[in-house]
Amino acid sequence: MRMQKNVIALTVAAMAASVSLAASAETLTIATVNNGDMVRMQKLSGEFTKANPDIDLEWVTLEENALRQKVTTDIATKGGQFDIMTIGTYEVPIWAKQGWLLELDGLPDDYDTDDILPGIRGGLSMDDKLFAAPFYGESSMVMYRKDLMEKAGMEMPEDPTWEFIGKAARAMTDKDAGTYGVCLRGKAGWGENMAFLTATANSFGARWFDMDWKAQFDTQQWADTLNFYVDLMNDAGPPGASSNGFNENLTLFQNGQCGMWIDATVAASFVTNPDDSKVADQVGFALAPDNGLGKRGNWLWAWSLAIPAGTEKAESAKKFVAWATSKQYLELVASNEGWANVPPGTRKSLYENPEYQKVPFAAMTLKSIEAADPTNPTVDEVPYVGVQFVAIPEFQGIATSVGQQFAAALAGQVSVEDALKSAQALTTRAMSKAGYPK
Amino acid sequence: MARQVTLNRRLINTGVAWAFGILIFFPIFWTILTSFKTEAEAISLSPSLFDFDWTLENYQEVNSRSNYPRYFMNSVIIAVGSTLLGLIIAVPAAWSMAFVPSKKTRGILLWMLSTKMLPPVGVLIPIYLIFRDWGMLDSRTGLVIVLTMVNLPIIVWMLFTYFREIPGEILEAARMDGAGLKSEILYVLTPMALPGIASTLLLNVILAWNEAFWTLVLTTTKAAPLTQFIASYSSPEGLFYAKLSAASTMAIAPVLILGWFSQKQLVRGLTFGAVK
Repeated sequence: MRMQKNVIALTVAAMAASVSLAASAETLTIATVNNGDMVRMQKLSGEFTKANPDIDLEWVTLEENALRQKVTTDIATKGGQFDIMTIGTYEVPIWAKQGWLLELDGLPDDYDTDDILPGIRGGLSMDDKLFAAPFYGESSMVMYRKDLMEKAGMEMPEDPTWEFIGKAARAMTDKDAGTYGVCLRGKAGWGENMAFLTATANSFGARWFDMDWKAQFDTQQWADTLNFYVDLMNDAGPPGASSNGFNENLTLFQNGQCGMWIDATVAASFVTNPDDSKVADQVGFALAPDNGLGKRGNWLWAWSLAIPAGTEKAESAKKFVAWATSKQYLELVASNEGWANVPPGTRKSLYENPEYQKVPFAAMTLKSIEAADPTNPTVDEVPYVGVQFVAIPEFQGIATSVGQQFAAALAGQVSVEDALKSAQALTTRAMSKAGYPK
Repeated sequence: MARQVTLNRRLINTGVAWAFGILIFFPIFWTILTSFKTEAEAISLSPSLFDFDWTLENYQEVNSRSNYPRYFMNSVIIAVGSTLLGLIIAVPAAWSMAFVPSKKTRGILLWMLSTKMLPPVGVLIPIYLIFRDWGMLDSRTGLVIVLTMVNLPIIVWMLFTYFREIPGEILEAARMDGAGLKSEILYVLTPMALPGIASTLLLNVILAWNEAFWTLVLTTTKAAPLTQFIASYSSPEGLFYAKLSAASTMAIAPVLILGWFSQKQLVRGLTFGAVK
């Protein structure tokens, strides 16, 4: 009887303890973008909650554009719905300047901030202070078919020029067989054709604005960029290229219809996966092309975890951000899913790891990331931060309108000259409305 | 000969109607089919109609990654709640405009409809701020209120149109027999307008079920409905077409089944008065 009483007392005590533990647990709401690496983080986050039983995690996983709209509305109005947000290198400098993000100071000693790749760290910092921790980073590079290149009697150098890409693309094209030398983004949008074309324009010496924030689409460099792109796509691109974005080109490449594809380094794991790609064993990698001017046509992007300034759970949020972007997390992914699935592009130590060096696209991803400098993106000096974008709030709207003009030029609806004239006029108008030109 | 012509015409009409129906339904059919394919087959440039390795792995993945019942219950509560609240407001409003019209009635009706022409994003920030200050962000109550407001013009317009079709003489006769306002609405008007009210109800459940802008912006986790469930499987970078299709199929299935079983009621209600 006495024993029974003890058991009951113990059970009640245990229940009370668990209730009080549950009551004291802090719930972090995390907004994240839906891609393979982030979904994997969500799956592995049980390890974090196991080590931190006083913290619960709630996930809001959304498509990139929906997420961007949602977190922007929330942070701009101090809605306080999120404790951690996944944002890109475009948002970080703008939001940090507005005072919307917490500075990521006081991270654990073993976090090793100096291990973060300098280009990525620069893109996520303001006045040398880190405002978001990179979860994965990417650049762009050339993915090409070794067999088609060989058939064309050419050899891809590690650091091709645009002239070589043009020649190779035309040589690889066999329209009757449905093989096109090069697949490039053509779909209008600031994150679609304009990401590619802005990065390409950098290698042609073009820039969006001069130091007085005056639009530069009336320069020879932009004319050269757009003429080269339209001519190349007309000669060696797939039909209907003005509707093609990342996913469309990925499908074309995986189906063996592209000789080359210049796009995000994250695509390397998709095109080399034999489950998804018909050409998995024939893919080679090279740096994005240059024009001999000292700049390559590759971009720089990082999906990063940031903490909104209004959160009341800053300490727990910092704990999670430090866990998800740490060296230990990379090892956790590697032990669960192999080194090829580790989030790339953020830490020097990952690329020094002999196991990771065996991943076929690892070295080229690092070289591509290192070739991009968000504070010095093109040949001439610029007043903005960003390689394939300009980190000002107005850029999304302006670049999407410019992208529509360039997509129309690619589709043959307007001439290159007219598209550039329209781009110059609409950018000048929007920037003077926003009060930029001095 | 005349019978032959009529038969031919009927056959042609039936054929055209079926062809049109299949064309309209094809995207949904294709989504359902894609949900049973592997990701590689889903993005294939030469997709096969039925000759592929059928798999349930997308449904398993979606179920393991998301709490579908929670999204589903939120959708049901938000759609049904906003429709019922809308009807409570709209029935008296439509009754008064149909049977006791004033000089301003037409203007009010047109003004109500004009609010549907405003892009929702134009009022996003003020509504978000109100929700934030009233603690209604990520709450089902908040969404019920917003979706009621969003769909109210359509509910009022539909009910107004149905009520107008009811002959005023019947209501007058009821009044002469001593029916008061309550009895008139409950025992005379409502039974006659029932098909119209039912189709309004069904249509609004569907509209609220499918509403994506406000449900995506104003909810995060607790009140998130199926629209957010779908959005979590859409991705601009990567291969998620088959999983997205599985999530879409799971989201549209309830409303598709509802539409299938109530199609007679819907058609009857939507064409109510059209033959007069």
